[in-house]
Amino acid sequence: MQYEAVIGLEIHAQLLTDSKMFCGCSTKFGSEPNTQTCPVCIGMPGVLPVMNKKAIEYVIKTGLAVNCNIAPYSRFARKNYFYPDLPKGYQISQYELPLCEGGYVEITDNGASKKIRLTRIHLEEDAGKNIHEGTGNYSLVDLNRAGTPLMEVVSEPDIRSPKEAVEFMKKLRIILRYIGVCDGNMEQGSLRCDANVSVRPSGQKELGVKTEIKNMNSFKFIEKAIDYEIKRQIKILNDGGRIIQETRLWDSDRGTTESMRSKEEAHDYRYFPEPDLVPVEVEQSWAEKIKAQLIELPDSRRNRFISQYGLPQSDTEILTSEMPIAEWFEKAVKLGGDPKAVSNWIMGEFMRLLNEENKQIDECALKPEQLVGLLKLIDKGIISGKIAKTVFEEMYRTGKDAGEIVKEKGLVQITDESAIEKAVDDVIAKNSKEVERFKAGDENLLGFFVGQIMKATRGKANPKIVNELLRKKLSAHTA
Amino acid sequence: MELFDLTISEAQAAIEKGEITPTGLTRAVFKRIEAVEGRIKAYVTLNGEHALMQAKEAEHRREKGDRTMLLGIPVAVKDNMCTEGIRTTCSSKILENFIPPYESTVTGKLKEQGYILTGKTNLDEFAMGSSTENSGFFVTRNPWDVERVPGGSSGGSAAAVAAGECIAALGSDTGGSIRQPAALCGVVGLKPTYGRVSRYGLIAFASSLDQIGPITKNVRDSAILMNVISGHDKYDSTSAPLPVPDFTSVLGQDIKGMKIGIPREYFIEGMDKEIEVCVKNAIKTFESLGAITQEISLPHTGYAVAVYYILATSEASSNLARYDGVKYGYRAKGKDLMDMYMKTRAEGFGAEVKRRIILGTYALSSGYYEAYYKKAQQVRTLIKQDFERAFETVDAIVTPTSPTPAFKAGEKTADPLQMYLSDIFTISVNLAGVPGISIPCGFTSDNLPVGLQIIGRHFDEETILKIAYAYEQDTEWHKRKPVL
Repeated sequence: MQYEAVIGLEIHAQLLTDSKMFCGCSTKFGSEPNTQTCPVCIGMPGVLPVMNKKAIEYVIKTGLAVNCNIAPYSRFARKNYFYPDLPKGYQISQYELPLCEGGYVEITDNGASKKIRLTRIHLEEDAGKNIHEGTGNYSLVDLNRAGTPLMEVVSEPDIRSPKEAVEFMKKLRIILRYIGVCDGNMEQGSLRCDANVSVRPSGQKELGVKTEIKNMNSFKFIEKAIDYEIKRQIKILNDGGRIIQETRLWDSDRGTTESMRSKEEAHDYRYFPEPDLVPVEVEQSWAEKIKAQLIELPDSRRNRFISQYGLPQSDTEILTSEMPIAEWFEKAVKLGGDPKAVSNWIMGEFMRLLNEENKQIDECALKPEQLVGLLKLIDKGIISGKIAKTVFEEMYRTGKDAGEIVKEKGLVQITDESAIEKAVDDVIAKNSKEVERFKAGDENLLGFFVGQIMKATRGKANPKIVNELLRKKLSAHTA
Repeated sequence: MELFDLTISEAQAAIEKGEITPTGLTRAVFKRIEAVEGRIKAYVTLNGEHALMQAKEAEHRREKGDRTMLLGIPVAVKDNMCTEGIRTTCSSKILENFIPPYESTVTGKLKEQGYILTGKTNLDEFAMGSSTENSGFFVTRNPWDVERVPGGSSGGSAAAVAAGECIAALGSDTGGSIRQPAALCGVVGLKPTYGRVSRYGLIAFASSLDQIGPITKNVRDSAILMNVISGHDKYDSTSAPLPVPDFTSVLGQDIKGMKIGIPREYFIEGMDKEIEVCVKNAIKTFESLGAITQEISLPHTGYAVAVYYILATSEASSNLARYDGVKYGYRAKGKDLMDMYMKTRAEGFGAEVKRRIILGTYALSSGYYEAYYKKAQQVRTLIKQDFERAFETVDAIVTPTSPTPAFKAGEKTADPLQMYLSDIFTISVNLAGVPGISIPCGFTSDNLPVGLQIIGRHFDEETILKIAYAYEQDTEWHKRKPVL
């Protein structure tokens, strides 16, 4: 039988606020355990939470970026359960009345675009971390992360394949990074994802029994885990079995999902409205203000790059994948750089160098005006395209301007015909054997001669003049 | 007159005239504590040495011209408000050795105003109870008859004020925990409007009902303490961003022509006859002062106790989850995490606290939430509307504070439901969020104090203070002292 997978994702994104959701503690990652805590986020007796307005603003911003309805009235609730990393014994979250509802994210798969609808986006606080290390009969708790603002994006079950799930997650990540609400770092856990997966016979409307998969901390694992889970479910059904509703954990070492707890064992979280906080009221004017701050989003910027600069789709995908890249590109173009040339440099040499060092575009010294300077040197014929690559790398490493590097290293192109002519004559004189073969019809040897001349001029001879002179001389030689 | 019997305003005047010093006053109060505390047991923790240092500091501040509102005044604080560096137990074994690393907003304000902390007073564990018999440590006794309870949960604070073991005190009130013990001990207790006083640092019982307020020897002191503790706090989002009036400025104003409502639902079949007589006499006094009294109805009163025990226990079941043995407080040894959790909470909490956690957990459980918690919230709204409607026609409402005078220790402990009814007249006020004050209005034939409750509109503590003061000026009840 043919089966169809039905997938919905729940994505947790740590917000890039300086302070925690309900207290003034720093949200910095990687500090000494329990150094970023206070009576409030430790859950001391008698403390009260106070909302971080910035976090609410970030969720509204996200909601606006993915076409949600922003609730004029929403509320926090308590989700009750016991765990050592949860200092109050409850997590402050949202339940009945989330900040955002509806909306969608558009993904492209094999060139076709598809809308993945969203159920809701809500705000909650993160838990701390239990640390199990050493041989002692104990565990340790680090509450630095406890109370960090966490945004949960819940999709409708509109996803049909592991690949679509990854595309959705990637697209959401780009948007979140673009609008500056989350750094999208999956390794450090600032972007995490759970998947609800079920299968049903193709054509059937009714949904199958779903399982929830947790603990997938990379795109690769999302794809693998969902793929494994779909196959596992299909095998059970084909064998005449039944799917059990349960929570499963992805085990990346074994490449399988393992049962964590069944529906019967599921927690009763006893949600109820958080009495220590007043409801969140989002006035129209506030939402408007946030909307006005919202910069151009990746999709519309990409379309604009195509129409305004005449760039191919493939270029614009990369140029708009991160806001700093798009900003860098546009700045270079505004300073007079040819759009396609700038794009080529970014996608080629620049990306290569950045990837080598695992750096972001806004973390390096190279400025857009410096690339434009380099392009001008090429246009004016002062340096060759080949030399330009060396100059670019030097600019990238040292932050010096192209002109300065060219001058320092004596890389100015030789355009003086008489100087080149001498080099051409020398090469022809020294390689009589090759000249004979060329004359006999081995036209491929032209490249050899060019190479020899370039070597002699340390790459600085204008290739166009070299070619012209070489052809002229060789044919003259023949005659 | 003994120094320990002074009120805040009297002590201030005596200090100002140079008749006494903060140190002298503090010594007098501690001498009194020494003399009677063995019989009353109002305090969980005494702050003796530190209090004398605070008195010295108050004197230095005075010399520099400081005239803050509580400079040099010995005040007791209920042991559910966090005091930095001073043990705060909530009268629970689970917090027996807990020393807060931070100061509650309210005690911080008292400090700013130069108070002297006499000590932390006993309460029913986590403020759950009406007699202090649920304290994890010991029962506080009523200064008017040490065989009897002082009421609760702020029984320690009320008994300390009545016995002269402090000049004034702070309590907290979730369903009557300031007003009922004030009534049973013959002192003045005010529960402010929900949101008037910051709850930051008050160890939560039921967050949507808890409110800190003063327990004092007279109405003026109540107004003085209200001036100190009221106001918006950026650390408590449920505190109201409203300006705070000078509550003493209305004292002495005429109450002629004011409309006072008498809710018929509060004068029920089978209520204590002597209490009924005292309250009816008080109503006559109001009439003689020119107030217009009229019968009103608060039709949903009968549901208040049921609604309260669903909402308060639901919130408590969540608020008390943090006492898990992981971070602070009592921790039992267990063979694994779950075992440690269960033993810690089984051994650390007393029977009443566990009863309420179980009740609240049940009320919030999936499948029961709609029938209990949600329904109770809806009825709470109806109770609130009862008051709103009543206040369209009257300026204040007068009722008895407690259906009985102080009862004997052990009399009601076997029957929790009977105990819950002690708060039958005070609970609605918390559910509606309105302010209420209890003042002495007579004595029974056994010489036990009787309390009168005056209820006002949201954020209109001024009116109830004004009426209470007018009554107090016309009567002598507040001047009687227990013989100890």
